[in-house]
Amino acid sequence: MTMLPAATEKKLGLLIDLDTCVGCHACVTACKGWNDQGYGAPLSDQDPYGANPSGTFLNRVHSYQVQPADGAPQIINFPRSCLHCEDAPCVTVCPTGASYKRAEDGIVLVNEDACIGCGLCAWACPYGAREMDADAGVMKKCTLCVDRIYNDNLPEADREPACVRTCPTGARHFGDLGDPLSAVSKLVAERSGYDLMPEMGTKPTNKYLPPRKKDRPDQASLLAPLLDIKATGFAGWLDKVLGKI
Amino acid sequence: MTVQPRIDLSPPVSDEVRKTTCYMCACRCGINVHLKEGRVSYIEGNRDHPVNKGVLCAKGASGIMQITAPSRLRAPLRRVGPRGSGAFEEISWDEALNLAVSWMKPLRETAPEKLAFFTGRDQSQSLTGWWAQAFGTPNYAAHGGFCSVNMAAAGIYTIGGAFWEFGQPDWEHTKLFVMFGVAEDHDSNPIKIGLGRLKERGARVISVNPIRTGYSAVADDWIGITPGTDGLLILSLIHCLLEAGKVDLRYLAEFTNAGLLVNAAEGPEKGLFARNAESQPFVLDKRTQHPAPWDGKGVEPDLGAVWQGNRTVFQHMAETYLAPEYAPEAVAGRCGVSALRIRQLAAELASVAFDQAIVLDQPWTDFRGNEHPNMPGRPVSFHAMRGISAHSNGFQTARALHLLQIVLGTVEVPGGYRFKPPYPKPVEAHPTPNFVTTPGKPLSGPHLGYVRGPENLCLLPDGSPARIDKAFSWENPFSAHGMMHMVIPNAVAGDPYRIDTLFLYMANMAWNSSMNTAAVMEMLTAKEGDDYVIPRIIYSDAYASEMVAYADLILPDTTYLERHDCISLLDRPISEPDAAGDSIRWPVVEPDRDVRGFQSVLLDLGARLGLPGMVNEDGTARFRDYADYIVSHQRRPGVGPLIGFRGNGEDVGRGAPNPAQLDRYIENGGFFQAHVPEGALYYKPWNKAYQDWAVATSFYEAPQPYLFNIWSEPMRKFQLAAEGHGAIQPPDHLRERLKQAMHPLPIWYPPFGEAESAGWGYPIHALTQRPMDMYHSWGSQNAWLRQIRGKNFLYLPTKIWEEHGFQAGDYARVYSPNGGITVPVAHMAALNENTVWTWNAIGKRKGAWALADDAPEAVEGFLLNHLISELLPAKGDGLRYSNSDPVTGQAAWFDLKVRIERVGPKEHAEPAFAPIPRVVPEGTSR
Repeated sequence: MTMLPAATEKKLGLLIDLDTCVGCHACVTACKGWNDQGYGAPLSDQDPYGANPSGTFLNRVHSYQVQPADGAPQIINFPRSCLHCEDAPCVTVCPTGASYKRAEDGIVLVNEDACIGCGLCAWACPYGAREMDADAGVMKKCTLCVDRIYNDNLPEADREPACVRTCPTGARHFGDLGDPLSAVSKLVAERSGYDLMPEMGTKPTNKYLPPRKKDRPDQASLLAPLLDIKATGFAGWLDKVLGKI
Repeated sequence: MTVQPRIDLSPPVSDEVRKTTCYMCACRCGINVHLKEGRVSYIEGNRDHPVNKGVLCAKGASGIMQITAPSRLRAPLRRVGPRGSGAFEEISWDEALNLAVSWMKPLRETAPEKLAFFTGRDQSQSLTGWWAQAFGTPNYAAHGGFCSVNMAAAGIYTIGGAFWEFGQPDWEHTKLFVMFGVAEDHDSNPIKIGLGRLKERGARVISVNPIRTGYSAVADDWIGITPGTDGLLILSLIHCLLEAGKVDLRYLAEFTNAGLLVNAAEGPEKGLFARNAESQPFVLDKRTQHPAPWDGKGVEPDLGAVWQGNRTVFQHMAETYLAPEYAPEAVAGRCGVSALRIRQLAAELASVAFDQAIVLDQPWTDFRGNEHPNMPGRPVSFHAMRGISAHSNGFQTARALHLLQIVLGTVEVPGGYRFKPPYPKPVEAHPTPNFVTTPGKPLSGPHLGYVRGPENLCLLPDGSPARIDKAFSWENPFSAHGMMHMVIPNAVAGDPYRIDTLFLYMANMAWNSSMNTAAVMEMLTAKEGDDYVIPRIIYSDAYASEMVAYADLILPDTTYLERHDCISLLDRPISEPDAAGDSIRWPVVEPDRDVRGFQSVLLDLGARLGLPGMVNEDGTARFRDYADYIVSHQRRPGVGPLIGFRGNGEDVGRGAPNPAQLDRYIENGGFFQAHVPEGALYYKPWNKAYQDWAVATSFYEAPQPYLFNIWSEPMRKFQLAAEGHGAIQPPDHLRERLKQAMHPLPIWYPPFGEAESAGWGYPIHALTQRPMDMYHSWGSQNAWLRQIRGKNFLYLPTKIWEEHGFQAGDYARVYSPNGGITVPVAHMAALNENTVWTWNAIGKRKGAWALADDAPEAVEGFLLNHLISELLPAKGDGLRYSNSDPVTGQAAWFDLKVRIERVGPKEHAEPAFAPIPRVVPEGTSR
């Protein structure tokens, strides 16, 4: 049993815009690339050229089909990673204290030196956000690129998670969701950002912006014909359009 | 509370960052390659780079798996067993190059056309084309013929540019963006960046596409059109706009040939422009009602003019599209889009273009000398790609889309579509094709060009096609990118003739780059007596693709991080509307195998063959390698592959070669940009300031303002020939087809294959798309990307799914006139109800790409290519026509129609080919 901090100074997290995400998987491999050589053990790949390639990814994208009651079917692309919950069940369930939530910024991390690979945290996470690395035998999860966001060796503009930096459509935002004046909090307020599965009581830090309403063509009045072409013939139309009558 | 461990928040990132250009697809994004202890440790986008502005796609970020891929070829190989047996021996580069020279040299001295040199996903066409020209063979092209030549050529013939590399929406000002048939590619990151920007600004996005994935999934509105009918929908939109008078008359009069007069007199000039004594087309000036030069100062062309019985292009156009056959009610059924929906879309286009017009406070002067106080804009923009162009009516459909942009007045105005330098570039600024061979001599000029009339066709004196692919022949007169997909079938059929050596670069013709793949594999091994029908095949690639086994000599290429390249203004540059741009690749790591960059090898071959331009006077090699060529080659005096840092390092566009040029590019992040001056950013084809800048920057030798071609005179010239006029006459069996396809106004006709196959019982359209996370076959062996998409399904719409009682886990048998395949299926609702589709090129042949034999790509993965023939079934006249657009020869991949049966659960897709013998060992760890 591991304790959560009573409160955190910041609530750093991601805001993901489902209205903009085209499902390109750029964030998936940028995350894989950075974290393969970053915090903790590499993200290994089993059977990479074989029948069942299966590696560790900290961020995955799923595409869902949605059939609205009125309107055409839709596809929603849905990126999924650790939500850095305030009441993170993956932390409280950890028997060794390896899983913890940072008091200063709320990031949920795994201290790999203390992880025994028991997998309890993955069972406890309702979002399926943790993956056991088969080579290292330790639990891997999104670190919010904790080794980037404060990294003095990176230019200031690059001190953001790799997935945010790479996102081609700008559908991923990073910031302090605990600060109502932050850009991410303002977007949440403007666009009705929401929690994933709030009923689980985990109080996720990450938020999602919902897809905007689709397939509602502006009810602009249809174009009115200039005149009755059948009656006037092409010559009449030509005179009218060129302002001669 | 648990004590938090201390962690290092500022670990060193890498030892060094080297900036080069990505090659995981054709976007050519800038990348920062991080190195630790000399090895690539991480790849990210370059924030300063004009193409990707820091972002990078799934492929780009997985490039690190490409340089360690087990499928990399390791040394030159010579075939020692039967072709296709996989029996090769490693040889030295000297042996390999001498062997190639021993095959090629006699051909050059006797019959240069016997060498066919076709390059697939080549990004060095200004070099490869120049080499082929020096060799003297007419048989050269890259892969555009089976990709998107319809889009490119229709754009050049209509407005002087097309989408992607030629131009893009004004992302910052557009309010309504409409995409047609975008198959999630071309261009990848720029479109995604643009869509993100539109979403951020709250602009509206509409997608016209049978499939609602990817970009279409985030569109505000989706029109799930029936494949191959986009042109009809577009012409119906034009009908609605004309009917309501919602067309930009001022724009049409000033910037297009709407005001030119069309000769109405029966005879050999009917339908050409009426010309004055100086042979110039002219307009009638509204102020005087007298003929006036089209480019005269102050002239106001009268769109309603009739002069000596000749009416204006505007009247021909309006009368054509106002006809009832283009009314929404007449096209709705065919397009699968309701008439109301079409009318709504037309109203929306008109409302944004005319009621929400914008103005930029920027004075400018046009080519006539008229001064304009500002730059009005119509904030509607479009993008289209292979989805509309890979049909046999694709050329005319792409022309229709350009016409829609023209009547709305949205090309090169704020908020509309903007050219990227060196475009705009009208037909007149392009060469005509060259093809005449003389043994031992170079070709008279570049192979690929823009035909103005029948006199520019590549025909031998007996009227037969001069090129092996029959490009620029009566079968497809405007084949501006050649027709790579016809090379192997034509060479084997000896139609128009046999060749000796087939030299291919980066083109997987034994698999996903060919139609009718199984037949092509047979053609590659076909024998006549003891000899192969294609006697020699030389292939260069970096990886053990399916094609490798069918070559006699393999010249192993490097990966993209181990080589020099230039992305040149002479070729397919990386410009933006605000700046001309070019870039380089350079070896950020050295190869650890006996491989060489193909372009350096080509120059070495050229020197060994003594090709002009590649040897010094004493016969020694002119260029050390490709890097040396990039810096020191001059196409015209002072003009070379790269525009930046010329002369003493300060010259742009024109200047002497600068030996330090590549170093300067590397210091600058691997690219260079020349910014378009402020007053020249819009109205480029007619803007004096832009024209002058383009000359100074080396794109033109003299200003060349022009009018957009609503009416295409080159097309009309082919119709006239088909009608029997002129000395150069088509064969009789092609007359009717030419009369239809070469209509001088954009028209629509049912795609050839589709119209016929409907009658034979193939009612369902079948399409492919490229996933955004994988490109062609290149990335499919990538250890990370194959975990995202290692298997493909045939996606079936609800109607078909339910009609046949399909269930999850089922396979289907899919038939076309060309054969059948058995493939796994999945249900997808957001899909046109008569369309099925799959991801392109996920399926692999067993044994290729260093994948295990039981890899999902080789077991359940599949290609639709087996269902598509490069020839249409025989027609009434007994002739078999190419499955290509009759104007350009573009492969009509998306004309495919099929029928489907439920098979039930199954373990593997069919056809299942025998494993291809391995030329590299199976991969184990990454």
